[in-house]
Amino acid sequence: MEIIDKANAEALERILAAQPILADVKAAGDVIDGLDEGVILHAGPPITWERMCGPMRGAVAGAIVLEGWAPDLASAERMAAAGDISFYPNHHFDAVGPMTGITTRSQPVLVVENRTFGNRACCTLNEGLGKVMRFGGNDSEVLARLRWLADTLGPALSTALLRRGGLDLKNIVARGLAMGDEMHQRNVACSSLLMRDMAPVLAEAMGSDTSLSSIFDFIGSNDQFFLNIAMAMGKAIMDPVRGIESCSIVTAMSRNGTDFGVWVSGTGDTWFTAPANMPDGLYFPGFTVADANPDMGDSTIIETVGLGGFAMAASPAVAGFVGAGTASEAVNYTLDMYEITVGENPDWTMPALDFRGVPTGIDIRLVIETGIPPTINTGIAHREPGVGQVGAGIVRAPMACFEQAVVGLADSLGPS
Amino acid sequence: MSGVIVNRVRKGFYLDSVALMRLSKAVSILDGVEDAALMIGTPSNKQFLAEAGLLADDGEEATVSDLIIGIRAKDHKAAKAALAHTDALLKGSARRPGGQKWRPKTLRAAMQVAPDANLAIISVPGTFAAAEARKALRLGLHVMVFSDNVPLEDEISLKREAQERGQLVMGPDCGTAIINGIPLVFANRVPKGSIGIIAASGTGFQEVASLIARAGQGISQGIGTGGRDLADEVGGITTLMAIDALDADPETEKIILLSKPPGPRVATAIVDRVALSPKAFTLCFLELEQIDLPNNATLTPTLKAAAEHALGNITFGESFLIEDIVDTLTTRGRWVRGLYTGGTLCAEAQMILIKGGLGVASNAPVPGATEAAADSHLMHVMLDLGADEYTAGRPHPMIDPEVRSEHLHNALNNEEVAVLLLDVVIGFGAHRDPAGWVAAVLDGVRHQRPTIIASVCGTEGDPQIRSTQVRKLEHAGVIVAPSNAQAAELALRIVQRWEK
Repeated sequence: MEIIDKANAEALERILAAQPILADVKAAGDVIDGLDEGVILHAGPPITWERMCGPMRGAVAGAIVLEGWAPDLASAERMAAAGDISFYPNHHFDAVGPMTGITTRSQPVLVVENRTFGNRACCTLNEGLGKVMRFGGNDSEVLARLRWLADTLGPALSTALLRRGGLDLKNIVARGLAMGDEMHQRNVACSSLLMRDMAPVLAEAMGSDTSLSSIFDFIGSNDQFFLNIAMAMGKAIMDPVRGIESCSIVTAMSRNGTDFGVWVSGTGDTWFTAPANMPDGLYFPGFTVADANPDMGDSTIIETVGLGGFAMAASPAVAGFVGAGTASEAVNYTLDMYEITVGENPDWTMPALDFRGVPTGIDIRLVIETGIPPTINTGIAHREPGVGQVGAGIVRAPMACFEQAVVGLADSLGPS
Repeated sequence: MSGVIVNRVRKGFYLDSVALMRLSKAVSILDGVEDAALMIGTPSNKQFLAEAGLLADDGEEATVSDLIIGIRAKDHKAAKAALAHTDALLKGSARRPGGQKWRPKTLRAAMQVAPDANLAIISVPGTFAAAEARKALRLGLHVMVFSDNVPLEDEISLKREAQERGQLVMGPDCGTAIINGIPLVFANRVPKGSIGIIAASGTGFQEVASLIARAGQGISQGIGTGGRDLADEVGGITTLMAIDALDADPETEKIILLSKPPGPRVATAIVDRVALSPKAFTLCFLELEQIDLPNNATLTPTLKAAAEHALGNITFGESFLIEDIVDTLTTRGRWVRGLYTGGTLCAEAQMILIKGGLGVASNAPVPGATEAAADSHLMHVMLDLGADEYTAGRPHPMIDPEVRSEHLHNALNNEEVAVLLLDVVIGFGAHRDPAGWVAAVLDGVRHQRPTIIASVCGTEGDPQIRSTQVRKLEHAGVIVAPSNAQAAELALRIVQRWEK
């Protein structure tokens, strides 16, 4: 017990000591070692083409065409089915991706450096709403937008960030929490704060380039632009917590649309998986639960650092996806999450809880002991590729992952 | 998409998108509505509305600072009604007030909510009780373990750890305690007074405490120990700590110790410890009638006798004249049937019947009684309906009187039964009207029935109010004795007269 508690205290200390800085935007192939031709990274724990859900297959096919490895979507699918593509989880490459999370070498990625520990983590740029690759979209409109991200937005952000010397994310998140963001469903405050901060340097960097207004328009019309930044931040914060011997703190929660996977510090890179749950929530006009794909994406790294479903008290509206939707229910979600975490983050506080810090450091022992699974705020993808987001809601991490993880950790500790 | 599409635009309106999605859902399920959505007029939202067949020309004109109400209904009338309903919803008239209070789900969180708490009550399945109790101890709390089916070795290790920490473990299987005047779990409202109680049994505790209250006195502290504390394996750890605590308590003048007979080694330890105390002890080990005691201690045979002794050798219920009552009764049948919800009350009654020379069978036999069997209908049968075989998978009969129902009907319909003996236990935790329940059952019996004798264990301060309960029973033709012991004595005299 004492050994685990000590290891967990070390884990919490590392989480709280993190200094995540949005440093750059670069082509994934230039910053992710091993992301070579024929390699596709995806969200969640490892999965084969055969077991991938519809949206993920759609995104894979789109990515193959985008990279020029196949001339069209049909031949791209044949390539994937024939085993010509190597699939790996983003998490194995210090990266994360939303929903399908498909990452290939030419895509621009946000690079967040954790200056305390010297590690860095990457995440693709948010594509906005509608038909997008993260929901399995792969038509010419989707691919054209991805090229615009690579050719225009990525380089512009890169230049601006380098000029500015990076952007302190902990500070933006702290302010966002006070403005109603929880960083998973709600990023409108942080996206706006980012825009406000970056606009002068972007303007400076771009000069009279007419694409500046299209950049502002793209970021300004996308309330979730900051989500991907928060994800890279989450990954950069949690990676230094990996591999602490005897530590029972969760270092990643992630879903590939088929399975939900959990990493625990003390068990290194072993995935504890179970079938992904269906979110409970509200649907956009014209869609119902029958259209929904099971829970998907690496975005649960947000909850892993104590935001999203854990910081619901900061974002009362989000609780409206299920239940009565009262502000007190939002607070209750967060209070429950204190039951399964080992600490609080004094840098990230919530006004509705008298500026108490967000619940931080999920302890698998507490999850099992209390029977309370982590609460996750999430978007809901259509089960068919390319349709896009059909709703949003709340989902619970499957208990089976944590049951296996506790056994796995016990095995790693050996006989007592 | 056959219906009528109606859009209304509210200029300069904003509401959170989740709130709008909730309203959309509420409107879309109205009669005659095929689909509906409320969305802010961004380009991507308009696309959603268009694809869902909800966008009309009005909506097309809306801007990012406007709200679009899109309704597709079976006809104009339904659309108009839905629009009116939407307006009402937007005014907030349909919003519900309030919220939910959060309750801690672990001791750790509870300690943050109530940092001054110093006692935890554990009521979880027995397999998990020790783990929770251990957590409570390590948080510095005294512990009352209500759970039963806790392994003996867990009880021993818990009590040893508590002893080292100077904290008390009441239980496992501890249903009753009164700490600083507060009744815990199954307990009665009893005034503060100078008598301390240490009890291994719940209903024994309740009976003695209630008798003390009804005599106009009170108790200082009432500490439960759990039924196995005086077994040699456990060594009386809690009982001995409780004696220490009451010895040190200036409000406690006399101490009553209630238990089944202790193990031989523990008995010595207890007697030695009692001898060191400056205070007077009343001991009641029910099934044990002989033990060498120091001068400051007295052994009493029944719960009633224990209360009487501690109260200064008073006599309870003197006006309850058993011989006079027996004279008024016409006898029928031959046997006593005791249907008890309280285990110790059942034991006390058995002792009284056996002492009077009756042959008694019980599912929880005291020494001298036999184990109840199929042919025990030709004996006096005393059932403890709170025993495991009756409560597996259902509530205790003190909570849910239905457990007693079938047995009650059988006894009422059995012409061989002369006396039906009942306990009615009230107080916190108990059924809200157990006497009313019994009365309702008796009300349905038209034929001649056995003599029904009951006692009501509890006080005027209890939620059920003892006098009210007594009145209900008497109204139903039940003879209500002042104590369980007197109820058993009356039953004894009735069948003794028959045997003559």
